Amino acid sequence: MLGTKDVAFPRLNLGSFYLWVTGFCLFVFTLFSSGIDTGWTFYTPYSIEAKSAVEAATFGVFILGFSSIFTGLNFIVTINTMRPPGMSWFKMPLFLWAIYATSIIQVLATPVLGITVLLLALERIVGIGIFDPALNGDPVTFQHFFWFYSHPAVYIMILPAMGIISELMSVHSHKGIFGYRMIAYSSIAIALFGFLVWGHHMFTSGMADVTTIVFSALTFTVSIPSAIKVFNWIGTMYQGTVALNTPMIYALSFIFLFTIGGLTGLFLGALSTDMHLHDTYFVVAHFHYVMMGGTLVAFLGGLFHWWPKMTGKMFHDGAGIFSAAIVFVGFNLTFLPQFVLGTRGMPRRYASYVQEFQQLHQLSTIGAMILGFGLLVAGLVLLHSIFYGKRAPANPWGGATLEWECASPPPHDNFSTPPHVDDPYDFSKIEYDGKMGGYYKKK
Amino acid sequence: MTDIATHAADGHDHHDHPAWLAHHFDDAEQQFDAGKFGMWLFLVTEVLFFSGMFCAYVMYRNRNPEVFEFCSTFLNEKLGAINTGVLLFSSLTMAWAVRAAQLKQTKTLIGMLGATLGCAAIFLGVKAVEYSHKWEIGLLPGRLYRSQLESGAHGEQGYLQMLCVIPAIILVILAVYYVYSLVLGSKFHQRVAGPLVVAAACFFGGVGLGRILESGESHDAHGAAHGHAADSHASHGHDHAADATHSAEGHGTAGAGESLSLVSAKKKDLNDVFVSPQEEVVPNAKVNNQGMAGLFFSIYYCMTGVHAVHIIGGMVVISWLIVKSAREEFHSQYFGPVDNVGLYWHLVDFIWIYLFPLLYLIT
Repeated sequence: MLGTKDVAFPRLNLGSFYLWVTGFCLFVFTLFSSGIDTGWTFYTPYSIEAKSAVEAATFGVFILGFSSIFTGLNFIVTINTMRPPGMSWFKMPLFLWAIYATSIIQVLATPVLGITVLLLALERIVGIGIFDPALNGDPVTFQHFFWFYSHPAVYIMILPAMGIISELMSVHSHKGIFGYRMIAYSSIAIALFGFLVWGHHMFTSGMADVTTIVFSALTFTVSIPSAIKVFNWIGTMYQGTVALNTPMIYALSFIFLFTIGGLTGLFLGALSTDMHLHDTYFVVAHFHYVMMGGTLVAFLGGLFHWWPKMTGKMFHDGAGIFSAAIVFVGFNLTFLPQFVLGTRGMPRRYASYVQEFQQLHQLSTIGAMILGFGLLVAGLVLLHSIFYGKRAPANPWGGATLEWECASPPPHDNFSTPPHVDDPYDFSKIEYDGKMGGYYKKK
Repeated sequence: MTDIATHAADGHDHHDHPAWLAHHFDDAEQQFDAGKFGMWLFLVTEVLFFSGMFCAYVMYRNRNPEVFEFCSTFLNEKLGAINTGVLLFSSLTMAWAVRAAQLKQTKTLIGMLGATLGCAAIFLGVKAVEYSHKWEIGLLPGRLYRSQLESGAHGEQGYLQMLCVIPAIILVILAVYYVYSLVLGSKFHQRVAGPLVVAAACFFGGVGLGRILESGESHDAHGAAHGHAADSHASHGHDHAADATHSAEGHGTAGAGESLSLVSAKKKDLNDVFVSPQEEVVPNAKVNNQGMAGLFFSIYYCMTGVHAVHIIGGMVVISWLIVKSAREEFHSQYFGPVDNVGLYWHLVDFIWIYLFPLLYLIT
């Protein structure tokens, strides 16, 4: 997309992959040794006392953190210094803007998590007491440090998804993106606002009243750039030639699910309702609507969108749409009932529940099975295409960004000379060629 | 679209790409900019990494100022000051090395990198003396902390020897390497081995320096059980006996929560009323328990320890630079690595400049 030969630091790139593998192995080791019973948040003081393999897990997090930092650093430097001639900041594809915003978060937030888990590990090994109330330490400090990273971390996941949707909306509507600059700015705005809202995870942990009000207000500000994006995506489709193929169906279901996820986030950002909904299934449902209905569905859409480019094979579009439909139905069946359960008081992290919640829980379970089936179908469609798919043309969807200009899959050293850069959302020169089965750019 | 693909097919063009310019960069300037920008971003992450500990420092000092004052008296200012000077000097030599790399003065470059490495080793030597002394008298982090008001606080000896084992092994290996390079008569190996041997020897110079400066204070240090504890408040003239009894009480009964509330109550008194000697006795005994003083030493060891790890990391990359310099790889078009390691080294130095007053010079 950027039209460079490589990232700025190729060896660092490989290094972060190896770090990732190492961290991954440590986590797998954790699973197979004694599991981990602290929850993903490692809250102190329980994580200090827990008998499970917390050290291995924290060490894994530490290493994964470095992998994430180095990758973010690499992307920022590459985008800053290595854009080809003609690609100004505002001629960059929006996916790159999203990646840039993500990288900012990775570079700025992850080191804080690094030091937090390092202190936690030292807490367990030598008992330094910084987070241990028995030694006059303060466990709430841990929560602050932890959420300073872990709230921005959810933006690390959703921002690339938003970047994917920006590409999908424009390409499959065959129409320039609506409000390019606002989408670009809103990515950066989400990254920056994301640093200021960590306190909303801790409304019930004990904070000064003024602090909670400030955190609540800041939380609402994040909804502004998110809403800008949603409106711009919908604006992009208006009067476009919308092709309802697999990537676009996934993109549309992303917009639907992400909107629900975003709007329910407002309930949780408001102080009084959060007191009621904190640590209930409502939070679980909200989180999954954003992270799964949002991120995962967008990633699937992106996977289908770039699949021909990556593998050089076309998948069966009808089967792909079928998988998208099942995922959509299964997802909603799983998590919509959880909103209801949450408001009625079903707490999260409990294995058992009272009789009156049974029906909704069963619905949710059936939904999860359907969702699993949908994901399986999606996987099978992609797998099938590798062996039996038609050869993909260079530009099957009619995209105007650089990656569609090289063959599918791209040959080695595809940009050994800097490419000619046009507006990435100018579709006036893109024409369909029936013989190729794809699009090409008019000279 | 097809022209790019076909162009790619005729392969990689290596034309006018010198060995020092990585194939994916267009020119030396782009390579230098990318490297430098990357290093600055890395420094940002380093600052944020330390910021967690600075945050913890601010919070706990704000809550228990008297604990920090009390505990700070156990840190040897002379050793801290010497180390500050050593690090500042190493920043000078590092900056000089960058200039030498630009001017292609290989001898000066290797000399300056060696001097920087030597300073780092002296720093670690002094630090080893500081650490081992504290471990011997039980000034340990968190739950390992032993009260300084009880007699018998003196623990095992021999930590310093333990810390010296690895540097000694490294010194021996490097000495052998140096002799080997002399035998071999290889200019390259001599250029590498020389500065490394000197630097490794500097560690023991640092240890010696630390011992000498510390023995000047050993009078105090041995009397730490009473002398130091009372040190900061001696001028008010309260008696040691009261101090000691209180400490015993404090230890026996006070749970963490209780002592916390007592101390915070005391803190209010300290702010409101002019302090009378009797009132000071209580915080003095209270602050000497694990949860209080131990917390200070946790922060001390975490901050200086992580800093020391960064020094060691810096030494590894400087050694790598010495190897590259001995191969005469650097010149006015390509000195990015020296420049970037220099930036890193200045940051490590800079962090110490914050740590020294924040930990050693509290009054």
